[in-house]
Amino acid sequence: MGELSSIWRESSHRYRLVGHKCGNCGTVYFPPRDICIKCHRESIGKISECNLSGKGEIVSFTIVHDVPPAFARQRPYAMALIKLEEGPILTAQIVDSDMDEIEIGRKVSAVFRRIREDGKSGLIQYGYKFVLDG
Amino acid sequence: MSGIVSYGSYIPKYRIKSEEVARVWGEDPESIKNGISIQSKSVPSPDEDVATISVEAARNALKRRPIDPGEIGAIYVGSESHPYAVKPTATIVASAIGADFQIFSADYEFACKAGTAGMQNVKAMVDSGMIKYGMAIGADTSQGAPSDALEYSASAGGTAIIIGNKDPIAVINHTLSVTSDTPDFWRREGQPYPTHGERFTGEPAYFKHTVGASRLVMERAGTKPEDYSYAIFHQPNGKFPVRAAKTLGFREEQYRDGLLTPFIGNTYSAAMITGLSAVLDVASPGDRILAVSFGSGAGSDAFDITVTDAIEDMNRRAAPTIKEMMSNVKWIDYAVYAKFKKKIVFGENID
Repeated sequence: MGELSSIWRESSHRYRLVGHKCGNCGTVYFPPRDICIKCHRESIGKISECNLSGKGEIVSFTIVHDVPPAFARQRPYAMALIKLEEGPILTAQIVDSDMDEIEIGRKVSAVFRRIREDGKSGLIQYGYKFVLDG
Repeated sequence: MSGIVSYGSYIPKYRIKSEEVARVWGEDPESIKNGISIQSKSVPSPDEDVATISVEAARNALKRRPIDPGEIGAIYVGSESHPYAVKPTATIVASAIGADFQIFSADYEFACKAGTAGMQNVKAMVDSGMIKYGMAIGADTSQGAPSDALEYSASAGGTAIIIGNKDPIAVINHTLSVTSDTPDFWRREGQPYPTHGERFTGEPAYFKHTVGASRLVMERAGTKPEDYSYAIFHQPNGKFPVRAAKTLGFREEQYRDGLLTPFIGNTYSAAMITGLSAVLDVASPGDRILAVSFGSGAGSDAFDITVTDAIEDMNRRAAPTIKEMMSNVKWIDYAVYAKFKKKIVFGENID
């Protein structure tokens, strides 16, 4: 049940890329943080939610060949570090692409996909993945 | 008068050709292609389902018109392939677009017309003042058993229609439905694939309801086929909608822009409204549209629609057009299709 509650608690971030913004220095965080790591106590009470655009650029990536059983239908797949327009860097799967299309510097956009499912009777977890632009 | 204030669609990128399916099952590809007029169909990726397709369609609708999601008072998702038997897809869509906690929502089921049933419902809610905007979605990742005729047509896609009173791009002048207890196509609880009545799906089911509802709505509107710029019908294959159109007296230039099944297959609950989406991509102010869905079981929802001047103010390129989604494709063979559609079964606990 612990995992179920964390999936539920994090759904707005995973579904809609809701981050946090420091009202003191303007730094955007994803995943969200309650305290700005630059402003520390100065940021207390000044952190607000912000919707991220889902637009970004690949800064690094790896091709996964030795996949977990749940990803057998998607082998091989790419995991990338993506720098969002607003600043944060996150890790996400790149989908709907041939592996040789994926390059550092390529622009990407967030899409809504299944992340994993807990067997045939358990919860389906949804969230962000990315596709190459253009 | 209320009408469509925005629209958005999503068609998965993967495609398989009818001749590839025919090759595997030893059928004559030319007779299949000519018989059902389907060249290829869309295939969902292993991480796509009706919830993900609905969310992408809803987001595309919101890209074309940046409505505050908090002002959307109702979301209804029509499908016959919801990911959960119990847990509404509409809840996932509402959360993913950031809708308000106070919202009417439910999943609908009426074979391929569940999405248009949602359109009628949210229109009534807008007209009665219950809500400001309502979103109706038709989406499916439809099922066809291996080697069955449906395997050539059952595809995936979705369209979201937002209905409201404020500056609609297309006014819904009239809508009505017809219903009868006709056992042309069904799927029993727990069964992975549907059963169909083969030739019985034609005259007593598709044509009786689709042509009947078309005539009734034109009678109510006081219109004739020549009054319409576009006519869109449910499209389980490429032949039925053309025959229905010709029976009613429509010409090819009226139905070709909304006829997508020959290229993407039958998207079931999304079929007619994705055709409507393709027409809205190219329509001009003053164009009149006849749009008629069909759901097995059976029934039809008919809409008489007029495009308004507001469509000129909408940035229709803010979201992918149907033509763009039909040209940006990745072709797969039957082996990859079988893997994606989980026709290859792995061991326990492996997706």
